[in-house]
Formats: sequence, C-alpha cells, structure tokens
Amino acid sequence: MNATHQASAANIVDTTVSVLASVDVHCWIGSYPFREVPHPEPELLLKVLAREGLQSAWVGYLPGAFHRDPAPANRALYAALAPHRPTLRPAPIVRPDWPGWRQELAKAVELGVPAVRAYPMQWGYGPGNQFLAELAMACGEAGVILQLTVRFEDLRQRHSMDMAGDLSAAAVRAIARLPESRCHLMVLGAGRELIEEIHWGLTPGEQLRVWYDFGWVWGPPDDQFEQLVRTMGGERFVVGTAWPLRLTQQSRALVDLLSEEIQRALTLGEGTDVAARARNAAKIRVENG
Amino acid sequence: MTRSETPLGGPAPLIDVHAHFHTDRTGRADWSRYNDSRIAAGRRIGISCHVASVLGSWGHTSPTYFPSPVDVTYANNWMTTYARESGGEVRAFIAVNPNHTSHAIDEIIRGFARGAIGIKLAASRRADDVLLDEIGAAAEQFRAPVLHHVWQHRRRDWPNQDASDGVELARLAVRHPTVTFILAHIGGGGDYSHTFPAVRDVPNVVMDLSGSGIDRGMMDEAVLWVGAKRLLWAADLTLCTGLTKLRALDVMGLSADDIADIRWRNALRIFPTGSFPTVATEGAA
Repeated sequence: MNATHQASAANIVDTTVSVLASVDVHCWIGSYPFREVPHPEPELLLKVLAREGLQSAWVGYLPGAFHRDPAPANRALYAALAPHRPTLRPAPIVRPDWPGWRQELAKAVELGVPAVRAYPMQWGYGPGNQFLAELAMACGEAGVILQLTVRFEDLRQRHSMDMAGDLSAAAVRAIARLPESRCHLMVLGAGRELIEEIHWGLTPGEQLRVWYDFGWVWGPPDDQFEQLVRTMGGERFVVGTAWPLRLTQQSRALVDLLSEEIQRALTLGEGTDVAARARNAAKIRVENG
Repeated sequence: MTRSETPLGGPAPLIDVHAHFHTDRTGRADWSRYNDSRIAAGRRIGISCHVASVLGSWGHTSPTYFPSPVDVTYANNWMTTYARESGGEVRAFIAVNPNHTSHAIDEIIRGFARGAIGIKLAASRRADDVLLDEIGAAAEQFRAPVLHHVWQHRRRDWPNQDASDGVELARLAVRHPTVTFILAHIGGGGDYSHTFPAVRDVPNVVMDLSGSGIDRGMMDEAVLWVGAKRLLWAADLTLCTGLTKLRALDVMGLSADDIADIRWRNALRIFPTGSFPTVATEGAA
C-alpha cells in the first residue's frame, strides 16, 4: 500500500500551489537500522518530489550515518544517484576524525555537491569538538554547506541500541562561532527551542550563516512556527522533509497553517541560494588571499 | 491576495477525537489565545467537531496526570460549558482521576448530564489496574467510549505519569468487552509498532492517529494490523501533524470508504447517537 503513492482520492485540496521553496535539503536513501522504512529508493523519492511540487532534493545515504567508515556509503550514494542527477543531488558524509577525510571532501566538491553531512552524535563528538571545527573550516574554504542532523527519530521511541542523544545547541553554536569561519551551516531536524537557543546565541553576522529546516517545529495551537517566522524571519528556514523517515507533507502543512498575515509576508530560504552563497564566500576568500 | 476558503483537509466531514483546551486555571497566560488558535486552525483544516478534554490544571496546581479532584471538577465544568456554547463545534470528554474513584464516578454522571459524550483517562493509574473497572462500568452504562492516554511500548516508568501501553490497555478492554477504548495517539511517543500486535485481537480497542510523530509507514502498518474501521483521525496537541496525516491518508492507496471511516464515520459509530449534529450523516453506515 505504501509503495504506490497513488493519485489523491480527491478528499484533499490541491497542495501544489503554496508558499514553498523548490529544494528539499533533507532527504536520504537507504535503510534505517532500527525500523523498517518503506521503499527508501531514489525512484520513489522522485515521485514524491513531483507529488509535493518540489523540484529537487539533497540526498544522503541513511545507513552510512551509523557506519564507522563513510567511504563505502558515499560510493553507494554517488552510484545510486548518478542516473537521477541533477534532480537528486548527493549530500555525502565527511567524518573528520577518519583518515583521508580531506580527500573525501575534495571528491565531494569535485562532484559538485551542494552540501556534506556530519553526524556528531553518532560519532561521539561533544560540543566544541576540534575535528568538527576543522571540518567546518574546510567546508567554508571549499564552498560547500555543512549539514548537521539533530535526530532521526523522536527520543521516546528509540531502539535500546540507539544510544546517541540529540545534537545540542551548544555544539552548533561552537561551530557557528568559529573565528574567521566562512562555513554555511544547515541544522536539520531541530525543534523550536533548539533553533532559538542557537539563533539568539549568535551575533547577527554569525546568524547569517546558519539555516534550519522546520519539520520538527509545531504549528497550531502552540503556533511555534508562526512565532519563529515572526521573530527570526522566514529566510532562515529551508524545506527539509527527512524523507524517507518522515511524512513529506509536514513542511507544507506548517506553511499552510500560518496566519494569513505571516503567510503573505513569508519568504523561505532556498537551498540553491544558500549553496550559491557558500560558493561565493569561498571565492571571496580565494580572491582576497 | 486572499487565500482560499476551501478547507485544507478537504470538504468531507472530519472529527478530531483527541483534542485539548486550556482554562484560566491551567497556568498559561495565553490560554485563551491557545484555544482560539485551535478553533481557527480547525476551521482552516475543516474539522467538523473537536472532541476535547482539559486535564485538570495541566500541572499548574496539581500534576497533569494526577489531577486533584478540585482541578478535575473545575476543568470538566469549563470543558462542558465551552462545548455547550460552541454550537456543536466542540464536544466534551469527562476527564477523571480513578484514584479518587467515587469522585470520578460522580464526575462522569454529572458530566454526561452536562452533555459530555466520552470519558478521558490519562495516566493516573495503570490501565489494567482493577481500580479502572468502575470507570469501565460507567462507560458501559452511558454507552460511551473511553479515550485512554497510552505510551507506545512502555519499557520503563516515565516521569510524572503512570503511563500504560497497548498490552495494559488490552487487559482492561478484555474485561469490558462492550466498551470501546480509544488507544490514544499512536504518533504520541514510544514505539507504535509494539502497539499494533498488542491490540489486534481485542476488537473493542480502536486507535487514534494523533501525536507529533509522523513516521512514514506508521499509518500503513496500523491499517494492515487492525484495519481502517478501527482507526480514527485526531490531532492532540499538534494540528500541523494532523493535517500532514490527513494528506498522507489520501495518497496511501486507501479506498474512499476507508478514508471516510478514519476521518469521521468510525467516530459516529463509537460515540453515543446524536453526538455530532454538525456532521451530515449520509453514508455513515
């Protein structure tokens, strides 16, 4: 049943016209070690993107987040997405305490990826980790976005062997505050409190290099997303669905449930624009250097 | 630009069987704004009726899951009044703390006289505790369902509540086979995959889809295990995830009948006759 994603049974209004960005910056392919995930294949992701009115996605390799060595996961990711580029763009893993990580990053840059992903909690990094700081600096120099995953599942349902906690605001702030850094960060899977603790814990200049997806922020009746857009502006938020783990309809539902006033004024961040900014920041560095 | 008045969740009837409101005694300065937001978002989504409760003082003057009798009474009075004044847009559950058994029974009797249509049990006592049998008997007397807070796969005690899981609720349901128990929020925390087999063979347990959890595959598995006739759409504390699930229901490959069952027809069958005067009953059989 879940594989088909058939055409709508006509209960729901057309959802393709709405205020959303065109890029889903937070997808994976591949299986999840702690539960069955229906059909996490790129071919199905393409259908889901079309259904949701999204033009492209940045895609990681889900099993790799739980492996020690990311290289085989990245090889599998590049191969699986090759027939589907540029709609599906790889977001490979770079693990900065692993030998050869700079070559892995260089290869990713050579292949034109918009972002690389790191999983600090799965690798046992605490706030202020030096390896992660080195990766952030290197991403800034290379002009690729660094994506940090806060969580894969709600804490309350995790497998007894899944001991990693959620990524902390302190860990993100430490990366965003690195002196001279040009790293553009995307924080994926954060809730309202985490976003606020990061955003308001940074200088205005630092804030401008951090983006968030908003699928774990709640709408009415608490209206957390409304509050965040009202206080931080919509530009800090990008669309990230966490497919195939989560239902992709959530981002659009949150936007649709904003008040008319906020919705009318809303301009979300766009992944491609952020990627261009990251590239430009790297160029400026080279030119100045 | 004025946005469309078409309900985001579609024009078909839609009943939220797991809603909550706040009162002036629940410790939120913005309690009224919260309630207004729920109603406004409900209208935008197209919710025909919110079946709602207030859990005592929500922790302000006694614990949310162990509310004092005074807080229970105030909350139920507020809830039934609010429902009565809503013109059918809101209906009330009577929330009780079974540790104060005679008070709980009195509240149920009083609450149904004030128009309540169901009983809400949270986590004041484990679901399979014999103390809940009098509540079950009251539900049978009023031919009303019991909405029971559930922690999906409770592997340990959780703070601030005597939570129950599907296995424990199933034990209570077996003792009261004529009462329908709504197992709360399969997306509301814990491992829902444990819940489905736990209640599959207990037909008087139905499940609501609410909660912030929107895992892909969760609703598909629920349908596979218990069927659409034992599932009810609901939102609980997050109407955004409710809308997300509505939209996902539409692309899961379910039949129109299955979707209608989940959206509203199962609620019509489960709650007392006449509970939803604002919902057209054509095709409700």
